[in-house]
Parts: sequence; structure tokens; C-alpha cells
Amino acid sequence: MIAEAGHYALVLALALALIQSTVPMIGARLRDPALMTLARSTALAQLAFVGISFMALVALHVMSDFSVANVYENSHSLKPLIYKITGVWGNHEGSMLLWVSILALFGGLVAVFGNNLPLSLRANALGVQGWVSTAFYLFILLTSNPFLRLANPPLEGRDLNPVLQDPGLALHPPMLYLGYVGFSISFSFAIAALIEGRIDAAWARWVRPWTLMAWMFLTLGIAMGSYWAYYELGWGGWWFWDPVENASLMPWLAGTALLHSAVVMEKRNALKVWTVLLAILTFSLSLLGTFLVRSGVLTSVHAFATDPTRGVFILLILCVFIGGSLTLYAWRASSLKQGGLFAPISREGALVLNNLLLTTACATVFIGTLYPLGLEVLTGERISVGAPFFNLTFAPLFVPLLLALPFGPLLAWKRGDLAGAAQRLYAAGIAALVAVAVLWAWTRGGAALAPLAIGLAVFVIIGALTDIAERSMLFRMPLPIALRRARGLPRASWGTMFAHLGVGVALIGIVCETTWNSELISTLKPGDVAKVAGYELKLDAISQRQGPNYGEMLAHFTVSRDGRPIGAMTPSKRSFATRGMSTTEAALMSRGVSQLYVSLGDTAASGAIAVRIYHKPMVLLIWFGPLLMAFGGLLSLSDRRLRVGAPKPAKAARGLQPAE
Amino acid sequence: MTRKQRRLTMIGGALVVLAIAVGLVLNALRDSIVFFSTPQMVAEKHVPPGRRFRLGGVVEPGSLHRGDNLAVTFKVADGSNALEVAYKGILPDLFREGQGVVAEGALDAGGVFRADTVLAKHDETYMPKDVADALKKQGHWKDDYEKAAKPGKPMQGASR
Repeated sequence: MIAEAGHYALVLALALALIQSTVPMIGARLRDPALMTLARSTALAQLAFVGISFMALVALHVMSDFSVANVYENSHSLKPLIYKITGVWGNHEGSMLLWVSILALFGGLVAVFGNNLPLSLRANALGVQGWVSTAFYLFILLTSNPFLRLANPPLEGRDLNPVLQDPGLALHPPMLYLGYVGFSISFSFAIAALIEGRIDAAWARWVRPWTLMAWMFLTLGIAMGSYWAYYELGWGGWWFWDPVENASLMPWLAGTALLHSAVVMEKRNALKVWTVLLAILTFSLSLLGTFLVRSGVLTSVHAFATDPTRGVFILLILCVFIGGSLTLYAWRASSLKQGGLFAPISREGALVLNNLLLTTACATVFIGTLYPLGLEVLTGERISVGAPFFNLTFAPLFVPLLLALPFGPLLAWKRGDLAGAAQRLYAAGIAALVAVAVLWAWTRGGAALAPLAIGLAVFVIIGALTDIAERSMLFRMPLPIALRRARGLPRASWGTMFAHLGVGVALIGIVCETTWNSELISTLKPGDVAKVAGYELKLDAISQRQGPNYGEMLAHFTVSRDGRPIGAMTPSKRSFATRGMSTTEAALMSRGVSQLYVSLGDTAASGAIAVRIYHKPMVLLIWFGPLLMAFGGLLSLSDRRLRVGAPKPAKAARGLQPAE
Repeated sequence: MTRKQRRLTMIGGALVVLAIAVGLVLNALRDSIVFFSTPQMVAEKHVPPGRRFRLGGVVEPGSLHRGDNLAVTFKVADGSNALEVAYKGILPDLFREGQGVVAEGALDAGGVFRADTVLAKHDETYMPKDVADALKKQGHWKDDYEKAAKPGKPMQGASR
């Protein structure tokens, strides 16, 4: 009953999406306000119905209704409640339903908060949103329906993949999807602007908060996924340049570029054509990411060819939306009016450089991810493009980006003074050189590049602080005045500082972890002591325990430093009977921002156990960085300018203005 | 500066960055790509010792031997040939005899494959992509492996 209701609600949502994708756009053509306002009600109704559908699937999972194929394949009656709920999106069908639910959520948000938008812009944007929803509803209903029943319901389910039974996974996919799908808003607005043939600073002001929000969630989602991989996969890696990860990194890079070019558009009414293109590309890359992960093409090009329904369907969606929007762009972009002039050395120029480097870096990731697929399709030859490729291409493009980063905010709009900016960055430059020198002396004979990279990170961090210090006239005015000025600065300036600070912080974490990581792999018997980076880990005992749906072997370690005990660590190995799989649960101990990391291997016949122990210096900074970036995004988002929204056009002109 | 000059500067700058990126990509593609082989391909092609590649196949049942200090040897087979693999370290959770595996490393002078990374997939119904393809091509394939599209990292590995 619940399954059928969920299915039916999904069909109704499709019907509403069809109305939303046609009627308001016809209304915008005919300038009929009644038809245009239909966009709002259909978007909200669609959200309600897809919400019912999603809730139905959650209910089925919670009640362990194994007569539904999706529940049978991914759930188990003994599974803890939280994983029964998160298991809803731990599989293909459920995660696609989550995808469209979030799409409908964003549509609903535009409908609710879009009252001060020009009526025709809102109608067109929600119409485009309706197209995307329609395509994905059809995809779910035709190829991956989560509500299908089994003819002979089994008594017990097959359980969720144990690696996915983890709190990290509860939040990672929804965050990532909020990011991916959030970019659909800027896409819809870009297409709407192309259809209307009109775009202005108010458009950018409207699009920027949505982009910012999507970008924040994507940043958090990627960071969370990386931390999950770090502690769950049991060997301490946090980024593997795996195609699945690259699929989320590409929209992030393009989205970061979009965020910056939208600033130029909002402030200076320039770079319009480019911003629209970026908005299209960013969402296209989100779609591509969905395609890569969801079509099975990464598992095997041949798997894709032998069971093509899903893959071909998403590929079709991909071609229609990317091809269609780029065609529309080629056709209509010339009708958008050119914006303000600026010199190459200016804030705009710096943001153009940022865009250029980010999109190029994104392109190299694109090539590294898709080249093996293309080569296999064309020649049948199989290669893997791993970390070395990305280190050789991605990193060199990021160095100039980070070098230029502190200059950007210090340059004036329109025509900047590079020498002046450089002068104000003296402190940052000196701090960076000192950091390089100190590290060089300290790690003499060690890696040569690491001190330079950390120097660069210090330059970025101090540079970000310099910008705020300059704006609040710290050191030039008496302290109370400077503080008052600092408080009065727009929150967006603080947001910029935190986001840029985060880049530097993450870079320090990345460099320290990869360069000074110490590792010990050894077999230990109870009573043995292992020494890593000044820490002593004594294996006290090995014990067994029964969890709700798994058996667990725990190893108890006492950690001491200089003979003083500082804590206990209990890594474990869980074996899940239903799937016959085991997972390694690493034990982590944070010391400041560094971590000790212990994971278990096989047990030998003699009772000794293989253990992998890492000391990872500064590793937590890798994830603090993105947190700071997202916090910066949040501050920016709360800026008054954005809260107030776009300036309203004159009342009389509202919705009735000719498009030209 | 006129609009035209500004545009030329921007296009010029973009071209420079793109040219650098193309150079980087071509350079990296030349140096850092790892090819994939099965034991049969290794036997046919005479891969020189020291050249890195990925070896894929099924861990031959009964071939796994654990030595001292976490040294392991096992054979990777593809139905027609088998190749001896030596590895030191902890094998991934899903490493099992009779299951698909991908190892990355190079042949030594004695014709033993010295692996520094061993990858196994995180699902029991599941084969590493390259292995499944190769086995399928050679007609040693029975099961389907479409149950792959899971979010997150599908590969699990161990490396030294």
C-alpha cells in the first residue's frame, strides 16, 4: 500500500513537472501573468508529491518491508534504525529519488523566495527546472523504480553494504546532492536569461546566493566523503583521484569559478556571457558526475554496453541538456549586452585569471577522468590514470592560482595598482619566506618542495588576513576605531577572508600529511609494543564482541608518549554474516590537529595480528580548510545585500516589460 | 584600453594558460599512465622487468602463502596463464582466494611480479572492472557484475 502510494505520488509529481515545464513558459511568451504564476504553485505541489514519495520509501525501509525489491536488496531487519534510514540513499534507486527530491526542494525554494523576481524570469527559470525534473522522474519511473514489488517476498533482506553502514554516509550523499543539484538553479536562471535575451546585475545578485549555497554544500559534501574514506577504508588515504571523486571535484572547480565571475557580474555588470556559460558548464558537470557514478560506465565500458537501459537514459539526458543549453547559448549569447570595461590589472582582471586557472584545472581533471574511458571505447586498450597524472597537471595550475590569490581582493575594481597591492603584501611575503627558511633548516635533507608549498600556504593565509586588516585600517588607526571598522565591514568581506584562509589551511594539511606521514606495518602479539613517531602503542588484548548485525574483533591498545600513558585506542574488524564481508574500523586519536591512526589486518595462525599504524601530522587541517571555506560561504550568504535580495524593478514594468 | 584591446589581452592570456595546460597534460599522459595486463598478456608480450603495470586476474586457490613480517605471495591466474605475485603488507579486507584482484607494480628479473599496491573490490558480487573485462574477453566469465554503482569509493586497496 505504502509502496503503491509512493509510486503514485511520483507519477503525479511527473505530471506536475510536465505542467511546470510548459505552461509558465508559454505564459512568459504570451505575457500572461496567470499562466506565469502557475510556475509557483506547480513547483510547490511537485515538492509536496515527491516529498510524499520519498517519505514512503523511507517508511518502507524503516518497516523492513521485504516485499519491495529495493528494501530486500539493501536492508536487513536487524540493521540499526539510523542505517535503515540512510540505507534509503545507499543504493541506486533511492539515491536517484533523493536527487529529484532535492531538485524539487530547490524548485520550491525559488517559488517561495522568488516573489520579488521579475515574473517572467521566475516563470522561465522554474520552467527549465521543470524540464530537468521531468527528465529525472522519467528516468526513475522507467529504469530505476524503487517501489517495485517482489512476487515472492523473502523473510530477510540482503543487508546494506557494510562499508556504507557508517554515520559519514548518512550525510555525505545528501550534502553532495544539495551541491550538485543546487547548481541547477544557476543553470535554470542562465537558460531563462538566454530565452529572455536579457541579463543584468540584478540577475547576478539573484543567482549568487543560490550558487553560494550549492557551493557550500558541495564543499562540505566532498570534505565529508574524503574523511569517510580516510577512516572507513582503513588505509589512511583521503583522496585517491578516483573517477567517483573527480566527478564531484569537477563541478566544485567550475562552481568556484562561477561564484567568482558572478561577483564581477553583480558589481561591474561585466563578464555576463562568460558567467552564463559557466553556469551552464557547472550544472553540466554535475550531470556528468551523476552519469559517471550512476550509469555503471566506470565499472566497465562493457557493462555499460551490455545493460544499457540506465546508462543510455542518463547519457541521453546529458546530451539533451548539455547539447541543448550550449546550442541555445551559441544562438542567443550574442544578444546579451556587453558590460563595463576594465584594465587587465584590476579586481575584474584578477577574477578572470582565477576563472581561467580554475576552469583549466577542471579541464585537466576532466581529461584525466574521461581519457581512459574514451581510449577503451576507441581502441580497447585499458589504462589507468592515477595520482601521478593529476599531481603533474593539477598541482602546477594551482600554484599560480594560489600565488595570485592574495592579490585579487587588494586590487581595485576597474583599474588596479599591482605595485600597491604587492606593497601591502610585504608582511605576507616575508612571513612566507620565514616559514620556508625555518622549515628548510628544520627538515634539512628532507623533501625540497614541501617547505615551498607551506610557504605558499602561509602567503595565502597572511594574505587573506592582510585584506581584512587593510579594510579595517588596523595598525593605521587606533585599535578601537579599527575594531569598529572591522565590525562594520560587509559580511561578504569576512566571508572572502575565511574562504581564502581555508584554502591555505587545507594546503598545509595536505602538504604535511603527504610529506611527513610516518607509517608502521607489523604483526603484533598481545603484550607487544610498536613505536611510531615518538608514540608507543602497546597491544594489551584482543577481544570479541557481538554487534547488532555483525561480529567484531577488537584490539585494545594503550598509547603512551615518553613513558606516560595518554589514552587507549581500540581498532576493530567487523564481519557481516549476511553479505559475508568484513570491514576495518580504524581507531583515531587526535593530538592537536595531528592524528594517530591504527587499523587491523589479518590474524595469523599464531594469534599475532597484522597492524597498520600511522602518525599523520596536521591531517585534520585537510578538513578544517573546507570547513572554513564553507563557513566563509555562510557568512557571505548572510550578507545584508543578499538577504535583501535584488532591487525590484519599477512596479509598472513588472512582468509586462518587452524582452528587449 | 579599448574593448578590442582588452579582449585581445584576455584571449592572449587564456591561450597562454591553455597552452601550458596542454603541455602539462601531454607530458603527464606520456609519463604517468599505467597499462593493464592479464597474466596471459604478460606471457605473450614479454613486458620488460621494471616497467610498471597493473596486473589483473583471479587469485589462484591454494596459492596464497604468508611469509615472515607480512610478506605474502600468491598467484594471479586468468584461466590460461598464472603469474607469481609478491607483496609485503596488509591485504585488503576483500582479498580472497578465488576472487578478482588488481595488483600494481613491476616484474623483477626473476619474472615475479613485485606489487606495491593490491586492490580488491568492496562487494562480494563484484569484480574489479579490468579483471571482469579481461576474463569476459577470454570466455572465463559467468556472473554478472552490474551491481556496481554504489556511491563512494568502490575500490579498496592496500599499498606500501
